[in-house]
Amino acid sequence: MSIIDIKNVSMIFGTPNQREAIKEKFASGMSLEDVKASSKATIAIHDINLSINKGELFVIVGLSGSGKSTLIRCLNLLNKPSMGSIEIDGEDITAFDQDQLRAFRRSKIAMVFQHFGLLSHRTVINNVAFGLEVQHIDEDERKAKAMEAIESVGLKGWEDKKPHQLSGGMKQRVGLARALVTNPEILLMDEPYSALDPLIRRDMQNELLSLEDNMNRTIVFITHDMNEAFKMGDRIALMKDGQIVQLGTPQSFFSNPANDYVRNFIQDVDKTQILRAKSVYNHFEDVPLDHATKEEVIAYLEKHDLSFTYIKDEEDQFVGYVLREDLNTRSKDISKLIKTITPIQRNQYLKDILKEFQEDFKSLPVVDIKGRFKGDITKSDIIEAIA
Amino acid sequence: MAPLVVSYFMKRGFMFSYPEFLEFDVANLFDAIFGWIIQNLEFLFDAISDFVKLLFNSTEDIMSFVPWFVYVGLVFYLAFKLYNLKTAFVLSSMMLLIGVFGLWDEMIYTLVIVLISVLVSVLIGLPMGIIMAKSKRVESILKPILDGMQTMPSFVYLIPAVMLFGLGNVPAVFATTIYAVPPLIRLTYLGIRTVNKEVIEAGLSFGSTPRQMLFKIEIPQSLPTIMTGVNQTTMMAMAMVVISSMIGAKGIGNEVLVAINSLKIGDGIQAGLAIVFLAIVLDRLLQGFVGSLERKA
Repeated sequence: MSIIDIKNVSMIFGTPNQREAIKEKFASGMSLEDVKASSKATIAIHDINLSINKGELFVIVGLSGSGKSTLIRCLNLLNKPSMGSIEIDGEDITAFDQDQLRAFRRSKIAMVFQHFGLLSHRTVINNVAFGLEVQHIDEDERKAKAMEAIESVGLKGWEDKKPHQLSGGMKQRVGLARALVTNPEILLMDEPYSALDPLIRRDMQNELLSLEDNMNRTIVFITHDMNEAFKMGDRIALMKDGQIVQLGTPQSFFSNPANDYVRNFIQDVDKTQILRAKSVYNHFEDVPLDHATKEEVIAYLEKHDLSFTYIKDEEDQFVGYVLREDLNTRSKDISKLIKTITPIQRNQYLKDILKEFQEDFKSLPVVDIKGRFKGDITKSDIIEAIA
Repeated sequence: MAPLVVSYFMKRGFMFSYPEFLEFDVANLFDAIFGWIIQNLEFLFDAISDFVKLLFNSTEDIMSFVPWFVYVGLVFYLAFKLYNLKTAFVLSSMMLLIGVFGLWDEMIYTLVIVLISVLVSVLIGLPMGIIMAKSKRVESILKPILDGMQTMPSFVYLIPAVMLFGLGNVPAVFATTIYAVPPLIRLTYLGIRTVNKEVIEAGLSFGSTPRQMLFKIEIPQSLPTIMTGVNQTTMMAMAMVVISSMIGAKGIGNEVLVAINSLKIGDGIQAGLAIVFLAIVLDRLLQGFVGSLERKA
């Protein structure tokens, strides 16, 4: 289910006359190369088509000048696309008037910036509360919500400091808290960790991943670092010269690189270090519940031709597994037959998961950060992905 | 042949002196303009004059009511807060020296003119700087005017000031303001234009209105630059105060003028030093303030 639909979006930087001239040239069927050669204006991105799914962490990766920052700024209309349309929740945001645009920016979408973009004259809490302040929310509520956001990024106790008193990592936490405080559906992150030290960057990446699993929010994440892209992304778009070269899951980049440019780009990526369970596991959630009868479980096993099944409870929480051979007992209640096993977190790295496999057990259950059952992963899935 | 041509043109005078028939007296035009203004807009300038006079007299009353040691103490305290003990001693003894010279009352008077001129400059300069930063058209009109205002010899401002407001402190404030306002306009413009791009984007991305952008982001973010402008305006006002003594403004500038007219070198140097001291004190305090703003930024 897509939340963002980018359709034929182009962005031209130049005078209005140059923009019109370029649009006409495209309309008359000239190729991108010819148009670029014939005009002094810059075509930052051209004819981008992209759908981003709800709840997905979507990464746009590319070298500087590839148009990734231009593209992300189209999503909240900091850049107004010269051509094409962007639909968010089915509404074309490029057709919004000023009031609609402001309402959209205030409630639905928020942005985190590479160099933080903090207001240096304000304290941390007043920076975080900014998004609420422009909506004229009263001070008590504003402060309470801002405090909540500050705590969620681990900055409690720093709320009365000024940005210049914080380290880079802490500043970016403020940036993140400020973006989260309005509880937006979509979070735009423009190279949020590029300005940070490697160690801090790793911590922040891991925190975002666990945060993301927790909140089911759509995140569009920009980076120039391929390792970061593969580590973070549910899906990745690789951009070059204002166009998308390849789009897909991290796994698909390795198994099926589109061309030599992609091959070159992923060459230095260490797959075991960055691939996670979530990019290779088998998605299925329709397993029997823990209060199911024996007959139901047997029917389920027969339908799917299985020798065992995982079990979850009413709230989707993972409970354990049941073996087919154990179902031959007289007891009607299956709860006594359920055996426990430690599930794999969606965000665990493949190299760590390999160690978890037992001798004669080929499959492991996969859960999200809240323990909800999401599917399973097998040894061969992992070997296939790494190989 | 060549000498013949040269002597021909020499006789005509065409090449070597500007032809008279191409002369047009612009001075008359300005005379006419000001003549019209004075005749038709007198009520306006009288109103402005009355207002400035009122402002001036009440400020002077308050400022001369405050005893001298309060000023010295205040300078000491502020300098200590903004810098250190040594600077505090130096700056407060400069204030004391002005008193020692016997120019305390004149100094207060000068300070009043400077303060009011800076106040008026801020009231005019700040909005103009902001409008200039926001509008390309206003920018292209205002920039050459500001260039002109800053290159124009400062004495020239005295003439319309006298014509519009007569003699005394009101025309002094008027001339001083015109002379001192350009740096404030320029630096306000510069400050607003150079606010960090990401900070602007952050403001926009949370759905700020243009008014919210201005008051919550642009002005506070450019405050150090704007305050540098206020500092420069203050320094230029100090310089103009001496010149405006020629149109009847009292104060230390008048002491200098009297010393020049009566060729009293000692008095002249003494009054000159007093102006320098006052300027240094004002400059250091303002700069210290700007510095403390920048440290926070």
